[in-house]
Amino acid sequence: MAFKKLAEYYPDFIVERDEKECNLCGRCIRECSYEVYEYDEKKKRIITHHERCVGCHRCEVFCPQRAIVIRRNPSQFRENELWTPWYIKNIYKQADTGGVLLTGMGNPQRYPIYWDKMLLDASQVTNPSIDPLREPMELRTFIGRKPDALEIEEKDGHFSLKTKISPQLQLEYPIMFAAMSYGAINLNAHIALARAATELGIYYNTGEGGLHRSLYQYGKNTIVQVASGRFGVHTDYLNAGAAIEIKIGQGAKPGIGGHLPGEKVNAEISITRMIPEGSDALSPAPHHDIYSIEDLRQLIFALKEATNYEKPVGVKIAAVHNSAAIASGMVRAGADFIVLDGFRGGTGAAPTMIRDNVGIPIELALAAVDQRLRDEGIRNQASIIVSGGIRCSADVVKAIALGADAVYIGTAALIAMGCTMCQRCYRGKCAWGIATNDPKLAKRLDPDVAAQRLINLIKGWGHEIKEMLGGMGINALESLRGNREKLRGVGLNEVELEILGIKPAGR
Amino acid sequence: MWWQKDIAGCGIAGFIHKKGKLFSGEVIRKAIVSMEERGNGLGAGFAAYGIYPQYKDQYALHVMCTSKKALEEAEKFIKDHVEVVHQEEIPTTPLKSLPDVPYLWRYFVQVNYEKLEGTWKARADFDEDNYIVWLVMEVNKTIEGAYIFSSGKDMGTFKGVGTPAQMADFYRIEEYEGYIWIAHNRFPTNTPGWWGGAHPFTLLDWSIVHNGEISSYGINKRYLEMFGYVCTLLTDTEVVAYLLDLLLRRQKLPLRAVCSIFAPPLWDEIDWMPEDEKRLYTALRMVYGSALLNGPFAILFASHNRLVGLNDRIKLRPLVVATKDEMVFMASEESAIREICPFPDKVWAPKAGEPVVVELEATT
Repeated sequence: MAFKKLAEYYPDFIVERDEKECNLCGRCIRECSYEVYEYDEKKKRIITHHERCVGCHRCEVFCPQRAIVIRRNPSQFRENELWTPWYIKNIYKQADTGGVLLTGMGNPQRYPIYWDKMLLDASQVTNPSIDPLREPMELRTFIGRKPDALEIEEKDGHFSLKTKISPQLQLEYPIMFAAMSYGAINLNAHIALARAATELGIYYNTGEGGLHRSLYQYGKNTIVQVASGRFGVHTDYLNAGAAIEIKIGQGAKPGIGGHLPGEKVNAEISITRMIPEGSDALSPAPHHDIYSIEDLRQLIFALKEATNYEKPVGVKIAAVHNSAAIASGMVRAGADFIVLDGFRGGTGAAPTMIRDNVGIPIELALAAVDQRLRDEGIRNQASIIVSGGIRCSADVVKAIALGADAVYIGTAALIAMGCTMCQRCYRGKCAWGIATNDPKLAKRLDPDVAAQRLINLIKGWGHEIKEMLGGMGINALESLRGNREKLRGVGLNEVELEILGIKPAGR
Repeated sequence: MWWQKDIAGCGIAGFIHKKGKLFSGEVIRKAIVSMEERGNGLGAGFAAYGIYPQYKDQYALHVMCTSKKALEEAEKFIKDHVEVVHQEEIPTTPLKSLPDVPYLWRYFVQVNYEKLEGTWKARADFDEDNYIVWLVMEVNKTIEGAYIFSSGKDMGTFKGVGTPAQMADFYRIEEYEGYIWIAHNRFPTNTPGWWGGAHPFTLLDWSIVHNGEISSYGINKRYLEMFGYVCTLLTDTEVVAYLLDLLLRRQKLPLRAVCSIFAPPLWDEIDWMPEDEKRLYTALRMVYGSALLNGPFAILFASHNRLVGLNDRIKLRPLVVATKDEMVFMASEESAIREICPFPDKVWAPKAGEPVVVELEATT
């Protein structure tokens, strides 16, 4: 058996060490959780196992001598358009082990990015642009079911509101932190998300791993998730948050349930999720009490009953081919908000084939769903939240112009905390201390620092959104919402333009 | 230069006599013509209330057609679906300077249950107004080159491509007498200067003139589409007329609430309101955010019993109001008011987003 682990002969990365600078301090050995480095006592030098490197750059950043550079392995296979190194190496891996290819984060493959094919408008002459540094500029957003009309009584010039409004979430920025479960990311990361959401006047989502007791205090800025595994779901949990989200699917892996490898299930996570320590937490692919839309309705109302109709209940699905019809059914089934997660959406663990080949771009799904709900006259009845590949404030603005009420960011939030997108979250060894529950690694993430970085990010995006709004001559976000006149397409074909409901640039 | 922004706009003017006294179109003509600088000769128009006393119970449909064929089709459609009590060509004086005018006819119609279009007989939302709105939308949407541009009772709109003076001469505006008049002088920028695109915009009893550009047009339009309105006139002001119809007539919201939907208070202001007011204004913004008119505007809108002036929430366009005895005047410029009322009792510029509502005191 000469080639037992053939994949190991072809490392993805090569670690270059400047031997002149390196003083053998051993910091890289301590920093690397993937055991790339080893100290050879006899030869008095550091041995590098290149094949173990995931490209997270932790050692590079922390080397006091700046002696390390991580590079893509320059060694190349013979050129082949079809059989790229990606496919060759994947086959080696599977032939080595017989397993399913696993990965983390969102679909990185070369598919169209529609955000980059849409451009925004700005005022010139006929309407003045508005300067957010000198004029009010409003981003406040409400998530929840709205009536089609209000009933207002007028008496002696005094109005009183007769209509009872369903429970709503009030957001000071149209951005929330996406569902990332406790377990997939650790408690420090959750603390940071919770504190940042509270400070910003927005919400973070627990994901499907329950809510750690110490985080109940942030409940009024928390959305609690109920997924097919029902991990950590109980009455206190449901009532702890400001809203409930039923997770049917997620963009990274439509059609299958969540995965938390047993390696990541420690004592605290076991208590929170209500599962044995060290056991894999594999959520069923469907909810076994939801085989159709009428069953979804029952779960929505069961949750509303359990929380005394005081909280909005939403439903999250992965963006798939038939999203528009499904979304319409969800709204009619009683969802107060719907979450569409595009195929770029991240994950802590997913089969690579599914992540890279299932689902559709969020831009198209959003445009189709928004239009469908309008065609049916039910757009008021639910808010639309989108997620899956929102990279910057311009993406947020474009999503809102297409029709979203708000966006969720997951990957961007992790990057703000220091993630370098190495896509190895499922290993539980995150050297940056985010997607790991190893206490030694987890303490690398200071929740106060991480919270501040999240706050900075959202505030920065908020300033940029205000600038873009003002440029368009708009001073309240609701005037941008669904205002597709503010978008123009470049490099899109007629069908894509029609689905997005936008005109080409120049028209 | 800073004043150029004002010039590149439109001019609006209007007045109401609170006791319903009638005034010839000559008066409003003077006011709007005085603001010639605010237009570029590519659109002007007038709307007046109280002008058809002999047919005051019928809907007066003003129809504009670019071809004889379109007129015939529109007429057939109208006659098939409502009862025409009287019809005539709208009296005009041909002007050499206006070589290319559409066919202009008016039909005084009433709803006849025998003629109801099939599905309407069973529709729960049937009432005469809803039916007329449907008829107007249907003609404007389906008959190419035909537009019903006025559809209220005892009121009418007269508009087209030209200067205010040309339009007044062409439509013989001085021959009409009304107790509310509004007028518009247009400097079109965003939409082609065509007859249907001139102001005022009208639907049923509501007419509106607008100076500004509605930056929220994209969503206002899509919001209206959810309720069956179809924007066909290629201009942003149309949405205001339809929003008025939706919010005031169909949803029966109080006028001042509708003004706060168009130009809502800032969240900072709402947060400081007493609890019940805060609840109301929060609900208005939450539910009707898609009807907020964002961008610079000064609008005048009228119905048979009131005239309303409103600015956008940060006052990006001029609007001046003046009173004199039973009269209230509103215009883009004070000079236009002084042209027809040299010594008003009171003159002021309304604050951003604060509506000026003048109700008719006694209907005569």
